[in-house]
Amino acid sequence: MLGFLTQVQHVTAPAVDYGAIAPILIVFSGACISVLVEAFVARPARWSAQVALTVLTLAAAGAALGMHLYTRGATPLVTLAGTIAVDGPGLFLWGTLLALSVGAMLLIADRTVEPGGAFTPDAAVRPGTTADRAQAVGTIAHTETTMQTEVFPLFLFSLGGMMVFTAANDLLTMFIALEVLSLPLYLMAGMARRRRLLSQEAAVKYFLLGAFSSAFFLYGVALLYGYAGSVQLSRIAEASAGTDRPDTLLFGGLALLIIGLLFKGSVGPFHTWTPDVYQGAATPVTAFMAACTKVAAFGAILRVLTVGFEGTRWEWRGLLWGVAIVSMVIGAVLGLTQTDIKRMIAYSSIAHAGFLLVGAIALTTQGLSGTMFYLLAYGFTTLAAFGVVTLVRDADGEATHLSQWAGLAKRSPLTAAVFAFLLFALAGIPLTSGFTGKFAVFSAALADGMAPLVVVALVASAVAAFFYLRVVVLMYFSEPAADGPTVSVPGTFTTAAITLGVVVTLLLGVVPTFALDWAGLGGFAS
Amino acid sequence: MNGGAVLLAMILLPLIGAAVVALMRSSPVAAKATGLGFALVELVLAAAAWSGYQPGGGRLQLTLSVPWIPAFGTRFALGVDGIALVMIALIGVLVPIVMGSSWAEKLPEGRTPAGFYAQILVLESMLVGVFAATDVFLFYLFFEVMLVPMYFLIGRFGGPRRQYAAVKFFLYSLLGGLVMLASVIGLFVVSGQRLGHGTFDWAALERIASTIPTSTQIWLFLGFFVAFAIKAPLVPFHTWLPDAGAEAPVGAGVLLVGVMDKVGIYGFLRYCLPLFPAASRTLAPLVLVLAVAGILYAALLAVGQSDMKRFVAYTSVSHFGFIALGVFAFSTQAQAGAVLYMVNHGISTGMLFIVIGMLIGRGGSRLISDYGGVAALAPVLAGMTLLAGLSALSLPGTNSFVSEFLVLIGSFPRQPVFTVIATTGMILAALYVLWFYQRVMQGPARGAAVVGALDGPGAATAPEAGAHRKRIDFPDLSIREIVVLVPLAALILLLGFFPQPVLNVITPSVGATVTEVGLSDPVGQGGS
Repeated sequence: MLGFLTQVQHVTAPAVDYGAIAPILIVFSGACISVLVEAFVARPARWSAQVALTVLTLAAAGAALGMHLYTRGATPLVTLAGTIAVDGPGLFLWGTLLALSVGAMLLIADRTVEPGGAFTPDAAVRPGTTADRAQAVGTIAHTETTMQTEVFPLFLFSLGGMMVFTAANDLLTMFIALEVLSLPLYLMAGMARRRRLLSQEAAVKYFLLGAFSSAFFLYGVALLYGYAGSVQLSRIAEASAGTDRPDTLLFGGLALLIIGLLFKGSVGPFHTWTPDVYQGAATPVTAFMAACTKVAAFGAILRVLTVGFEGTRWEWRGLLWGVAIVSMVIGAVLGLTQTDIKRMIAYSSIAHAGFLLVGAIALTTQGLSGTMFYLLAYGFTTLAAFGVVTLVRDADGEATHLSQWAGLAKRSPLTAAVFAFLLFALAGIPLTSGFTGKFAVFSAALADGMAPLVVVALVASAVAAFFYLRVVVLMYFSEPAADGPTVSVPGTFTTAAITLGVVVTLLLGVVPTFALDWAGLGGFAS
Repeated sequence: MNGGAVLLAMILLPLIGAAVVALMRSSPVAAKATGLGFALVELVLAAAAWSGYQPGGGRLQLTLSVPWIPAFGTRFALGVDGIALVMIALIGVLVPIVMGSSWAEKLPEGRTPAGFYAQILVLESMLVGVFAATDVFLFYLFFEVMLVPMYFLIGRFGGPRRQYAAVKFFLYSLLGGLVMLASVIGLFVVSGQRLGHGTFDWAALERIASTIPTSTQIWLFLGFFVAFAIKAPLVPFHTWLPDAGAEAPVGAGVLLVGVMDKVGIYGFLRYCLPLFPAASRTLAPLVLVLAVAGILYAALLAVGQSDMKRFVAYTSVSHFGFIALGVFAFSTQAQAGAVLYMVNHGISTGMLFIVIGMLIGRGGSRLISDYGGVAALAPVLAGMTLLAGLSALSLPGTNSFVSEFLVLIGSFPRQPVFTVIATTGMILAALYVLWFYQRVMQGPARGAAVVGALDGPGAATAPEAGAHRKRIDFPDLSIREIVVLVPLAALILLLGFFPQPVLNVITPSVGATVTEVGLSDPVGQGGS
């Protein structure tokens, strides 16, 4: 017993580079304080307190990130006993996540588009009951001004998890980050104010499938540990270089691990949760998921493949070719048949995940910077697109059925023009960020000898363009329905979020040099 | 003034104009006048560009180049050769005419002329850009973006099936464009392997063109070819054009058939031939087969059309076959003829489209069978139609004759079989134009659109009875319409008798193109 205690005392705490991981620490501290705010601040003041706290947290994290870049550049470093890597790609993805969460936070915080906010004040009320209808339309006095402000700490925890996820240098840290980012999302998906049943179904579905994928991930980690004797990515890479260890463990482990990651990135054929969850969750949450989860998932995919498995790329790349093709085809073809705008954007995100995977498996510096640029570009476009979706409403909340969008251009030309622009960006028309991103990713893939895959990707882009165009046709060329939805006058928050997304989409299409340079800042630490 | 600045101004000015016009939603007349004003200033700029160009000077002139996205090796680079210059001049001439002809256009309910004129100006800017770009990336960019204003022009302001036509047009073009994008990226990668750093600069790519292996060239060529063949359009990639041409409002249709489709042929000349010379020589028979098949097939379909606008679209496809034949015959004479044909076709088909638009505006129907004997009621309109039609069938003395003759005589030494088959297309051209004119213009006034269908059921089917009740509202051309048509009529005759100024601009550039393909002119032929 005594011997054990002396042993414990000999364990030295790992060196922590607090400056480098300050953004993560700030976000998590903000999240913890946010929980306290939820507990101790009086209900009427909570919303303002939470919004202020979240803004402050994001700003401070951004400042810390900028400070780190300014003083120490993007020199790769590893800290916390080799579990966290702070390097060029990691810093870029942190910046991307923080910037996107500003937009997502603005959408989440808005209380004017949906009176009282997009979140139910009382998630425990059974759907379909009188109480539920009352909270939906805001006839109960206190619901008009309040919403469930738990969404803010959940949001911050999830964001912190995403940031760790993209920086995790060993698989166990990555797994913990995966859980930290996912659990709040499961809850947030179930908190929509309207259509509670759909929302709850989305939450359950996301949770169950997410739990499965986590199990896959963890099993993969176990196999890889069995193979390499370590969960560190660099050790796995070393172990796989010229040994006579059984390949079954390595590739079995990689396959299970990648399935877990592809699930989070909503890459087909692991996409089945995406349409339901995107549709059921409150639209601001969907925007957050679509933009930020994708960044986190692909950040992790890039790191795992580049750092851990570059040496064995010829063994596994063929399979990921297949996955990319399946994802692009599923997204593009099934997107054609959708009648709900949120489901349509969900399938579009599956197609985009396929495009991202094309860049991610190039494993060159161009592929890395191109994929990260694509993540940034796609994130802002999709964020703004969901922002617009929140505005088009009828008496039952958001009017998400496509037929309700007919003739929108006549009733509100500005909203329609903004949405058309975003759709053209998603379709990859030049002068939008969508085109620049596609170009960066596809040129990297072609330079790496994946010409057939690029051709498939371009054909899929053309197919996907059809369903984007269909919405433009509806908005501009069709006559509005007599009882069609109205477009809410957006509040300051939603206006800001949409403006942010549109401006970034345009800037990254016209003058992308700054972002491209930043994305090409350096390679992964190992 | 730096030459490149003119081109930059020609791209920016219409965009500014579009923004100004779009804001004048509440006052249609002011919007239309402002739009026309901008288009006329653009014409002046085009004239300035023309006068600044030195025929026989450098390969690319009026150049301007600033770095744009260094990571992609792309520059915002503008410049023209003789081929691009004549096309830009054609744009400058056609846009004011199109605006004048659309002045009284009946737009679908709820659409304002401000939107229409603004989109025309955006389209003009993109079209100038696509011809002026000397960076392949920039060219691709304009090539894709110009779809957007045309898409809205067809989809918002077009005929009854405008949604279908607009989407079909956009998807065909986008698919072609994306296949081309694969080749554009491939070209960038290949240039990176040759030069150490990827570039999109046309001149630099042209210098390394002959060092690229033929098999690679063929793949890259095919990517560009699909896009240009859809755009041109060559049979069998043409099926979008009759729909788009028929449903587009007349003004947009003129720019679609007159200018935008020429981007395909222009792409062959500027990109396919110089950048992939070996592939061009290898694959020329393929293109020639499509071209000659297109001449005959589209001409036969034109004979059988019942819709006037589709009729014009099919005659255009037939003419594009002649142009493609001239391009891929690889002689200075044939290519000069092809480029001149691009201009002439823009003028004569543009005029044909406009007069048919005037007919439809009066009769309210697009069907040939709804018209008859219009010449008796509207002799000036009939005369203008005849002039445009004769130019379309390449009657000597009209502009098209010069170009068609140059194409055929220039193609014969290298491609006698294809040329002889193509010549039969001229006979079909005479058939479809004259038969169209006879049915619509000659004989006693008849048809539902001419003699009032308002008189009740049976009037349209009983022409003899209807002939006595001439509809009063089938007036001849108004002053505005005559003013719109006279410049085109003058150009048809002027270029028919005196094409040399235009040929002087074109010939050095096409001579250089033939050299870039790695061929010399057939024996006995020099540059004209």
